[in-house]
Amino acid sequence: MADIENELIPTVVVDGVDIVYRVNGTGAGKGSATAALNRMLRKGQAEKAAGVRKVHAVKNVSFVAYKGEAIGLIGTNGSGKSTLLKAVAGLLPVENGRIYTDGQPSLLGVNAALMNDLTGERNVYLGGLAMGMSREQVRDRYQEIVDFSGINEKGDFITLPMRTYSSGMAARLRFSIAAAKDHDVLLIDEALATGDRSFQKRSEDRIRELRKHAGTVFLVSHSNKSIRDTCDRVLWLERGELRMDGPTEEVLAAYEDFTGGPDKDRAKPQPPVAA
Amino acid sequence: MSQVLDTPPPTAAPADGDLAALAARHGLAVSGARPSLPVYVRELWARRHFITAFATAKLTAQYSQAKLGQVWQVMNPLLNAAVYFFIFGVLLGTKKGVPDYIPFLVTGVFIWTFTQSSILAGTRAISGNLGLVRALHFPRAALPISFCLQQLQQLLFSMGALVVILLCFGVPVSASWLLAIPALVLQFTFNAGVSMVMARMGAKTPDIAQLMPFILRTWMYVSGVMWSIDKLAKGHHDWPHWVVPVLQANPAAVYIDLMRYALIDSFHSSQLPHHVWPIATGWALLAGIGGFIYFWKAEETYGRG
Repeated sequence: MADIENELIPTVVVDGVDIVYRVNGTGAGKGSATAALNRMLRKGQAEKAAGVRKVHAVKNVSFVAYKGEAIGLIGTNGSGKSTLLKAVAGLLPVENGRIYTDGQPSLLGVNAALMNDLTGERNVYLGGLAMGMSREQVRDRYQEIVDFSGINEKGDFITLPMRTYSSGMAARLRFSIAAAKDHDVLLIDEALATGDRSFQKRSEDRIRELRKHAGTVFLVSHSNKSIRDTCDRVLWLERGELRMDGPTEEVLAAYEDFTGGPDKDRAKPQPPVAA
Repeated sequence: MSQVLDTPPPTAAPADGDLAALAARHGLAVSGARPSLPVYVRELWARRHFITAFATAKLTAQYSQAKLGQVWQVMNPLLNAAVYFFIFGVLLGTKKGVPDYIPFLVTGVFIWTFTQSSILAGTRAISGNLGLVRALHFPRAALPISFCLQQLQQLLFSMGALVVILLCFGVPVSASWLLAIPALVLQFTFNAGVSMVMARMGAKTPDIAQLMPFILRTWMYVSGVMWSIDKLAKGHHDWPHWVVPVLQANPAAVYIDLMRYALIDSFHSSQLPHHVWPIATGWALLAGIGGFIYFWKAEETYGRG
């Protein structure tokens, strides 16, 4: 048993995972209503005949993530990064294989729980409760969240409805609420590109802090810079397959080769990504 | 390119069997599996503050853009009752022989609306909140329950209006008004149960949301919302003897008549079906427990595909 103590502690084990989306109503263009009827009447029969298309988003991916690691997920658009992240969070079913996790991995993001018609203040409470914090925890962290978001720097905005916020302000508040909780395994899907430069800086610091508390952090991003700044290991997914898994520099170099040169040589600047 | 493809992963993943063993050795759990029923109930209880906060937030957000704001919480049910009074009381004359027709009608409309909107909201509880379901972890039963709670809060506003109407029409305040509380608790349990059943069905087949308004309207017309089952039966002696007991045992009719019995002094216990409290409790328990278990059985499938 002694070697178990010396062994790295795994927090996420992904074991030969396939993820398949089924899309309804793609039956051969015309007559989609008949296809839908077919689908309802002939359950269990050939799905293709019934107009269901399968999209194989992740193919036979295996890896082990250990405590204290920050892992970047890279790959071109549609390569299955976000899908894999959702499956790790237990929000998408796997077709084959298994995902084992230590505790409950959480996606960083509470956007869906917030309501634009409510004040920022009430949204802080609502978002905190939605993430599973207790009322006392939210109350304790409330000031911290508001200060971090910087919403009140230009006046008392936290007591106004969120629909009156600028998009940058709203994104900052959302990130601040989401980052207020400590997680065992934290999954971040392109959250770093919100807000102005000073807020981005604070966000990166906060991510690093979260990483200290969290067992493991996963980060999906198209910005190679933020991957470099935060991650020490990178998984490269391409067309749903795990193409490379290794130290950040090594994988990023190969990836930059693949996508045509490092970031700075690109003609097009990175478009800002919504949180 | 091939060179990249050939690079073996540096932290070489062990063979399949080893991964499962590794996970087992460190006590990792399978992600996204359905918790056992006791664990599920505990998780749900732990989220009770979220459930109430979400319900209140929805209720407040509903009228936040209207100029009159929260006044609509009371205006809405009152206007509803006014429309039904015009159609059934004035045009069709169903009020004949029903004492205190306006309190009778308004109570019926409010109590029915509670069940109707709970079930409608329940049908869309999962399918209409996929963003939330796909982003955050919580026992999904929190959603239909929260929507029913929102409707209960809405009903409490309506009840405030109802009390004013009752007093205006000279219905005396009496101790029996307290019976409204157990009646509401039972009705809420019933509504939450049915909502959970509908939430699961609506999550799998969103088309059900299109059908529900028709089913609910039919249900409303047989539930004695704007007419008295009792009075109608007396005018139709040719009906087979089982019709009236069946109409009266209908859960919506039971909860409506209980509330009328509690609030309106001219509505006598002889107008209630026999064993009305056991029937009301039975419906609540059947729907509440059955609906909860039915909903939990598909917990891991919500928000997918």
